[in-house]
Amino acid sequence: MANGTRNPYYGRNLWSGFLFGLGLVAFFDEAVFHQLLNWHHFYDKSTTQIGIISDGFFHAFSWFATIGGLFMYADLRRRRALWKTRWWGGVLLGLGAFQLYDGTVHHKLMQLHQIRYNVNILPYDLVWNITAIVMVIAGSIILLKTRRQAGTGGVTNPLSHE
Amino acid sequence: MGAVYFSNRHHKHWPLYRSVLWTVGIFLAILSVAGPLAERAHGNFTAHMLGHLLLGMMAPLLMALAAPMTLLLRTLPVKAARRITNILRSTMIRILSDPVTATILNIGGLWLLYTTNLYQIMHHSLFLHVFIHIHVFLAGYLFTISLLYIDPIPHRRSYLYRSIVLVIAVAGHSILSKFIYANPPAGVPADQAQTGSRLMYYGGDLIDVIIIFLLCLHWYRAVRPRKRSAQVTWQNS
Repeated sequence: MANGTRNPYYGRNLWSGFLFGLGLVAFFDEAVFHQLLNWHHFYDKSTTQIGIISDGFFHAFSWFATIGGLFMYADLRRRRALWKTRWWGGVLLGLGAFQLYDGTVHHKLMQLHQIRYNVNILPYDLVWNITAIVMVIAGSIILLKTRRQAGTGGVTNPLSHE
Repeated sequence: MGAVYFSNRHHKHWPLYRSVLWTVGIFLAILSVAGPLAERAHGNFTAHMLGHLLLGMMAPLLMALAAPMTLLLRTLPVKAARRITNILRSTMIRILSDPVTATILNIGGLWLLYTTNLYQIMHHSLFLHVFIHIHVFLAGYLFTISLLYIDPIPHRRSYLYRSIVLVIAVAGHSILSKFIYANPPAGVPADQAQTGSRLMYYGGDLIDVIIIFLLCLHWYRAVRPRKRSAQVTWQNS
């Protein structure tokens, strides 16, 4: 099986996971921090204009990413090209990347809203962003590992595609 | 309904769910411009916003899913139907049915309404009031059919193009909701603007998610693998 054709959906497994992860964390943020805990505010008085615009685009894109990512997952399944490990690597990277962007650019730079109000915010910010970095690193490790497997001819297929 | 009756005599039975979607859509549209909700909308921004969601988003979506053009074309005599398809092929319809045009008419119209003093003027002019409500409905319908191809449409745009425009449109809607929260339109009390804008943000999401889901579903169906030989199992490690 060595030197066989590489899975042509190699990249798509990553993208499907990444988009789903990005959408999932945005949904989690909305459901848990905005609605259930009521920590995040819909709008706070220091919110900048650019903050609202960035939030609007991420908000819109996250819905599309969640639904589109899942349809891509279904598409990979019906093509029997789903590579779960790589997909999960993409999910972790998506989760971490959005959470890091949200925690640094949205919360701090654009002052969209804070994680919680009337508390010492520093520990919250640290936990938030460190979790994000851990997810980015974990996702990257998985993706690099699967890439190495693919590179050594581990991903093979006797029939060339199309 | 008459068209369904006549059409069923000559063609395959028109599906019941399409008639139901059409009826519910019309009902919601009427509900938003006449009756108790419309009366409350005059003095209450939250009620106004609920009416806007029904008239500009929910009713157009349901009615677009009912495939009225398909029904019309198969019910009309061939000659008249051909005349209509000729109109549909025209350059004007091509420009109008482009998702970008539809988004500008739909979301741009809303920005104009809520960020200028148009909202206040509307409540003092019957003509403007009627005009704006017709515009909200028609722009909502045009927007829906420019993204979801339920009816035959001669000028088709790619899935990627439509998806990008849809994301921009949804973002425009979300940004406007938050803008209203911070800057209530003239004559609207702050607390009403806040509940109204939240309703616009989350209510809009609910309907947009249906559109996103259907667009992705159509895309998913369109790219299905056709060759049996493609059904091989990829060895992953």
